[in-house]
Amino acid sequence: MSALSLLPARRSVPGVFVALTLTLTIGWLVVLLDGGQLFNQSTTVSLLHVAAGLGLVAVGQTLVILGGSLDLSVAYVISLSTLVAAETMNGSDGAVLPAIGLVLVVSAGVGLLNGLLVTRFRVNAFIATLGVGLLLKGYLDNGYDGPAGTTAPSLVQALGYQRIGPVPVSFLLLIAVTAAAWFALSRTRFGHHLVAVGGDPEVARLSGVRNDRVLVTAHVLCSMCAGLAGIYLASRLGSGAPRVGTEGLYDLESIAAVVIGGTALAGGRGGVIGTVGGVLLLASIDAIFNQLEVDAFFKQVIRGVIIIAAVAVYARRAMRKAA
Amino acid sequence: MSDPPPTPLLTLRGIGKSFLGVRVLDDVDLDVAPGEVHAVVGENGAGKSTLMKIVSGGYAPDGGTVEFAGATRTFRGPRDAQRAGIGIIHQEFNLLPERTVAENVYLGHEPVRRGLVDRRGMVERTTRLLASIGETTLPADARVGQLGVAQQQVVEIAKALALDARLLIMDEPTAALADHEVELLYGLVRRLQERGIGLLYVSHRLAEVFDLSSRITVLKDGRRVTTVDTESTTADELVRHMVGRELSSYYPDRAAPEDRGPVRLNLRDAGNRKLRDVNLQLRAGEVLGIGGLQGSGRSALARAIFGVSPFTTGDVTLDDRPVRLRSPRTAMRAGIAYVTEDRKGEGIVPRQSVLDNALLASRAVFAARSGRPARTARVRELLAAVEIRGAGDDQEIRFLSGGNQQKVVLARWLALNPRILLFDEPTRGIDVGAKSAIHDLVRRLARDGAAVLMISSDLPELLGMSDRIVVMRDGHVAGELPAGATEEEVVALAVGTALETTA
Repeated sequence: MSALSLLPARRSVPGVFVALTLTLTIGWLVVLLDGGQLFNQSTTVSLLHVAAGLGLVAVGQTLVILGGSLDLSVAYVISLSTLVAAETMNGSDGAVLPAIGLVLVVSAGVGLLNGLLVTRFRVNAFIATLGVGLLLKGYLDNGYDGPAGTTAPSLVQALGYQRIGPVPVSFLLLIAVTAAAWFALSRTRFGHHLVAVGGDPEVARLSGVRNDRVLVTAHVLCSMCAGLAGIYLASRLGSGAPRVGTEGLYDLESIAAVVIGGTALAGGRGGVIGTVGGVLLLASIDAIFNQLEVDAFFKQVIRGVIIIAAVAVYARRAMRKAA
Repeated sequence: MSDPPPTPLLTLRGIGKSFLGVRVLDDVDLDVAPGEVHAVVGENGAGKSTLMKIVSGGYAPDGGTVEFAGATRTFRGPRDAQRAGIGIIHQEFNLLPERTVAENVYLGHEPVRRGLVDRRGMVERTTRLLASIGETTLPADARVGQLGVAQQQVVEIAKALALDARLLIMDEPTAALADHEVELLYGLVRRLQERGIGLLYVSHRLAEVFDLSSRITVLKDGRRVTTVDTESTTADELVRHMVGRELSSYYPDRAAPEDRGPVRLNLRDAGNRKLRDVNLQLRAGEVLGIGGLQGSGRSALARAIFGVSPFTTGDVTLDDRPVRLRSPRTAMRAGIAYVTEDRKGEGIVPRQSVLDNALLASRAVFAARSGRPARTARVRELLAAVEIRGAGDDQEIRFLSGGNQQKVVLARWLALNPRILLFDEPTRGIDVGAKSAIHDLVRRLARDGAAVLMISSDLPELLGMSDRIVVMRDGHVAGELPAGATEEEVVALAVGTALETTA
């Protein structure tokens, strides 16, 4: 009878890429009229750099949000990671690998703590990760007044500035991490279970999914992504920076990118590809406004409008789907 | 097919269970043979769901033994029972609407090849599984959220079968289905039987129990009253076992002609996206039944009157004054109340108390100055009047049975002294005892001068309760029948004569 309802699920292109194309086209025109050039080498490169940093965090954030959780501690994990990386290396090229390893272990530890608080102790994710974040903030504020440590020159060179054409190596790293996350979500049991837990924890549990384990894993991976972002920032800055995460608003911006990318904040629907679109959209707006030399405060206003508009569009769509 | 083995698939002996010292199950015996449909009936609170939870591993029994497939089992949880081969289809589906059919069917045990989820294999296996239960039109890669209720149920069954279930528990499987979908379920049940799967079938609808089962076990107050062969019993006898009351005393007396008052609500050529040219008069003191198939516009009518999705064309008059009911709030202020069909989703706030739920509408519509203590006192009176059993006013409503929840919803609307009451499936999923209490209440409201519009898919209920019946089809009024119409007349109007050949 209702043949229409039997169409196979088509995974459509996330709307964020339409918005991204529009933004870039309009931005290019406006910048052109203003007498500038949006797609010259230096703006493209800086756009991709911004996207790489935010993207690494946001991909991790996507995982926890898909699972119905949230991570507000990422900004502090980033700051901590830059310090751990730079201080461990202390300018020596030989210490690059141990430093990266240590950062990943430390950030994984934070993720484990987040995950256990959310699952075992049933603390609301918002509160648990905020609390862990404040804990790290206390440690950072107490121990550091300013930059500390020195990133190994080879890493600064390779990850911070090296690029292939206009594409920085760091952006390639983002693509690799995104691909890995996409693969994990669509082709591993962990991914399937994570989306199920976010969609309906009770359904997942009754289907034999070990909800807690899945969610803890997602938190660990999310923190490790923030750790990677920290390593990247340390290589950009040349040293550890105790406030780089919070000043960059990586916590809220990563969540914004995830939501703009079409992932439901309540979990269970979405993916990392959309998130990268969201990241690129935010970075593009940044680049356009920088070209136009728009007032920084006004820039924030526009970003706010875009985030709200994106969520409103998704809400309307969800309503139409339900009708 | 080989002969069924002489040993039953499932044997329960002396099952008992207490919660906080309250005995909810006492010495219950039951067995199910492979390929048998064994129905379990009883009022809510009789212990059916507790018994089902024990079989499916949700609860551990305090006493007695569960024997499954020849061995005594102690299930440590639902997963344990699943792995042993016991599947359960709940009244509320355990599906993820955002995921595909295949992803749902294999959730928790996705087929893996070289460490990775084999998506193609998953779709293929799901397609084969669906085909094996006669479902060939349902694509395995469709998103579950876009499927109809009946199809989602098929997915649920496939999900259980994917775990090699040999015993399937179905808890009120038809509660959410439209009439023509029930037929599909029957076919499905028969095919499961042919595969040698044993079924425990819990239902309030006796007609189904008689159509499908070979044996019926009646529970009452946690005890097994009797187990009978379906062929050798009657509906009257079953109801007597369940409640100790005859079927015929189900429905209260209808309104006498002199009790019918003036026209309260008058719709002239009213329509919206789902309705067209509806002409309808609702009088004070009467119960107007609305019949029709699911999707015929019955619920759309109630929702339009209540302003949920308002009329966009035509005229509406209320006590001869034209009105525009453009939101539930305006409708409530005009004296209209609406008891929704989706009690769990739209009727109650599960985590709030009984009292809060009952006060919801009054608090929302009337200013606080109109005497808070008086209002609370009145609602408490109403709650007492509707006889909510086994729960205090401060208990969270989600712990109440469906029937008691519905009574709280009723109390909520009665607090507003409505002049028009719209009931959409008021007794769906409610046990026999609470059902007749709600029927009495509805009739009493009409007798007190309210105009009642009642939608029901349950034909005996529709015929038994209504003073007049309006049948909807394709968004408009197909016809009107007087009290005393037959089921056949309602169905003929609902499907339309042109369609009768396909029925």
